[in-house]
Formats: sequence, structure tokens, C-alpha cells
Amino acid sequence: MAVKKYAFIIEKLPYKSETSRLALTHAIASQTVEIHLEEGESVEPVIAFVGDGVLNCLKDQKALDMYGVTSQEMHIKNALLLDLKVLVCKEDLEKYGLTEDDIIMDAEEIGGEVTTEIVPFSEIMNVIETADQVLFF
Amino acid sequence: MGKLTIGTFSSLVGSLSLDFAVKLAEAAVKKGHEVDFWLSGNATMLGKKNQSKFRDYSYLLGTIEELLKTGKFQITLCEACGKARGIHKEDIIEGMNIYSMDWYLASMYNADRVIHIGGE
Repeated sequence: MAVKKYAFIIEKLPYKSETSRLALTHAIASQTVEIHLEEGESVEPVIAFVGDGVLNCLKDQKALDMYGVTSQEMHIKNALLLDLKVLVCKEDLEKYGLTEDDIIMDAEEIGGEVTTEIVPFSEIMNVIETADQVLFF
Repeated sequence: MGKLTIGTFSSLVGSLSLDFAVKLAEAAVKKGHEVDFWLSGNATMLGKKNQSKFRDYSYLLGTIEELLKTGKFQITLCEACGKARGIHKEDIIEGMNIYSMDWYLASMYNADRVIHIGGE
């Protein structure tokens, strides 16, 4: 079975533009990609938040209440529910004075089993270097 | 000859990123390569028919129509992004596809090169 790894690197702020939202929706779309592929072919997405992009991961987002649109939080939780790997750059979180208490670490309330991983930038670089495709948002 | 997948997210008006992407696609097709071209986010505006040609604004539809005639160029508009902007099947130029985001990911799977040109 040929699995290709796609790295979705998210550097843009949430809500200022549509970019980081599109990163997550494209990553989640990997769950249905097989309808376009040959038997045995599939895609493994890895989502990594870096730079300002780590702010997409803040807890208690109110986009649905305030603007009537799904929040980045909801998309991240959906990604976790679908067992997608979600990485957050440790150094960039620290630059904003954030810890794991401030960000979305799991999707337990909707049945998600995997958790967000806070990792050093070197680990994200490793993901980029080993990915078949890198998509920078 | 190879296959190039180009993903675009920038708007037709307000940035020249889409102009660059179309020029790149044109150059690749002229060299004999195949190109899959993905329109997502604000880039979906490129798919809308009946665009007028003004010198102050980018006009790319003519090039897209010529590229479609080559048989080496596919262009697909993101269904959700388009519908959110009021762009439906009947609003887009002939020969353009509308699919969901998984089409782009699948196109990348067997592409020789992928150029992902992010949005604003």
C-alpha cells in the first residue's frame, strides 16, 4: 500500500484571512481522497502550527457565537477526532507565553483519542523533510 | 513529460499571485507537460464566466480557455469555496470542473511537482 505523507504547515493567523481555515479543511479532506485514487493508494496528513499560526490553537474560540461560522477550534478537534497528527511548535508557543493549558490538546468530548503534540521546531523540520508534499499556509 | 499540480488560493483581483500561477501553467503546457490547476478560497473567482476585460484588472480567462483546448490542462474549482461565493456549476466556464478538496490532494499524489501558492 503506497501511502504519501503531506505536511500542512500553518503559519497564518486565524480569522484574519481564510488561509489557516483552508489548511485544516484541506487536511481533513484527506479522509475522502481515496475515491480519486487507485486501490492501495492513500494519503497521510500531518498538520503543524508554527509562528503566528500557533494562535489557531487557542482554546475557547467564539467564532460560532460571534460570527456564526465554525471556529478553528472545531476544525482542530475534528482533525483530532479523525486521528490526524497535529503538531504545535514549542518555541513559538513559548514566544507567546502560551502553554498546553491554553491550547486545544484533545477532542475527548467528541470521542477523539489522539492528542495534540507540542514539539520542538526541529521535529517539525523533520516532518517537512520527510514529507512527499509540503503545503504551506 | 511530467505532471505539474498547481494549487492557488489568492484572489483574481487584488494580487498578482493568480496571474503568476496561470503564466506558470501556460509555460509548462507549452513545454509539453500536463497541468492540474486547483482553485480554492478567493481564487475561485477565476472560474466565473462573463468576466470583463479592463486594463486595470487581471484578465486570465482567455488564457485559461486556450489552455483547456490543449487537452493537457485541467482546472478544478473547490465546490464549497465556490458555493460560499455564489459560484455554481452554471456560473463557471465550460470545461472547468467542480470538486471537493480531496481532488487537489489526489492530484498531488501522482504529480511530478506540486506548487502550492497560498492565499492572502
